[in-house]
Amino acid sequence: MHRRDILRLAGAVAALGAFGPAASAASGGRVVVVGGGFAGATCAKYIRTWSPRTEVTLVEASRDFISCPMSNRVIAGMLGMRDLTRNHRALESRHGIRLVHDTVTAIDTDAREVRLASGASLDYDRLVVAPGVDFAYESMRGLESAAAQSLMPHAWKAGPQTLELRQRLATLREGGVFAMHIPKVPFRCPPGPYERACLVASAMKRFNPRGKVLVFDSNPDILAKRDLFFHSFVSEYKGIIEYIPNAGFESANAAQGRVTFDVHGEVDADIWNVIPPQRAGNVARTGGLANVDNRWCEVDFLTYESRVVPNVHIIGDSIASAPGTPKSGHMANQQAKVCAAAIAALLAGRAPSDEPIIANTCYSFVNDKEAMHVAGVYKFDAEKRTMVSVPGSGGLSPSSSSEEGFMAVAWIFNILNDTLS
Amino acid sequence: MLRKIPGAFLALAIGLPFGHAYAEPDPQAVVWASACFSCHGPEGRSEGGMPPLAGMPADALYKAMTDFRSGARPATVMHQHARGYTDEQLRRISDALGSTPN
Repeated sequence: MHRRDILRLAGAVAALGAFGPAASAASGGRVVVVGGGFAGATCAKYIRTWSPRTEVTLVEASRDFISCPMSNRVIAGMLGMRDLTRNHRALESRHGIRLVHDTVTAIDTDAREVRLASGASLDYDRLVVAPGVDFAYESMRGLESAAAQSLMPHAWKAGPQTLELRQRLATLREGGVFAMHIPKVPFRCPPGPYERACLVASAMKRFNPRGKVLVFDSNPDILAKRDLFFHSFVSEYKGIIEYIPNAGFESANAAQGRVTFDVHGEVDADIWNVIPPQRAGNVARTGGLANVDNRWCEVDFLTYESRVVPNVHIIGDSIASAPGTPKSGHMANQQAKVCAAAIAALLAGRAPSDEPIIANTCYSFVNDKEAMHVAGVYKFDAEKRTMVSVPGSGGLSPSSSSEEGFMAVAWIFNILNDTLS
Repeated sequence: MLRKIPGAFLALAIGLPFGHAYAEPDPQAVVWASACFSCHGPEGRSEGGMPPLAGMPADALYKAMTDFRSGARPATVMHQHARGYTDEQLRRISDALGSTPN
């Protein structure tokens, strides 16, 4: 018996036990959603809202939902982790979603089956894959091992590394150096690194005024809210933040706290926050969905169905984003609704809408009180087959303000509610 | 109204004609309107900060959006959103959202 057959048998047995008869084939169809972040949780909820007879199973390894948006404030000691921690239980109790806390080990797109670490398997009519990003450490010399990586945490998924950086910042020696490495685009949350630099500097102004923040950016310039961040760097954080563009990472010596760049040579710091290059979550790549450079998943923007594998939809950070659109929790939440509506239509034998409209609002803090935004509205362009900015829409804050700081905090609670409750 | 719309989807899904309760179902507008909930909370029930949309009449929503778009009503961000939609889209979104119970 081949390993694959054993898996299948184990899956079949487990399916009968834990999950009941697998092939109930309710007329509303079966959808499996892999990943319970801003994309997956929202999609599961809205499929159930708009197609109540569809069985929706959400597979998510973590019992906690920890918001990545706002987690830079946790690092800087301006929010607690608890403020950003939710769970998926209302999706189960209020929306009738079957919640499976497990890890996907394989997607069999021919058999339309998802296999889980527990040995169980789930059949689907439509599969939604929303795993977020994973990190491409193999390209970073000196950071190949987990031990080295933990010495230079990315904190680019909110969780233990967020608290690790917070702890290191809080205990940084007087006049110490916090240094960052920013990978080349595309990556999750393009304004995030610059917000982090500002908030760390803001904390230093209070508690460690001789401290320094060094920002080594692989990119030629600040990637988002450029003028607003630049203004903060050279005014509020003059003498604290040093911004270095075009800094190519060559290697790291994690034990010594040293990173070597192509032009700037060896740099020592007390704290290194190295954010690695990113790509679609591993389950999307091993499932054969990452057809763009084996890195991102190309989708049809009317349905978010894969361009290479039928009946599989990808949403959130794993997709090859439409030009000019960011990878953000807000975009993930918005894409999820378009995808949910399309799946509801497809399962009912109707054509999906050909006029989706999605919007992005992204707040960044520059200090403990003040934030600014970038906003955009995007519609489908039938010729280009992608989402494009609606002419005249969108824009930036004229400057950061405490009014928008208040709105930014309101935003996180409302989007968490929209996603999870 | 908004709570009834899923029923409209369902009716479409199972091929039933609409009853009187769904005089003018507009599933597209419902999906467009759901974009608002990312900031204004599920079904427009904001927890704070952003004003709740639930409980607002359709005409008030439409006027607010057109005033944001023209600049008649000052805003931090809403003018930038309102300019992403046509008159007809704003009307349909307002009708879909309007009079959702608060």
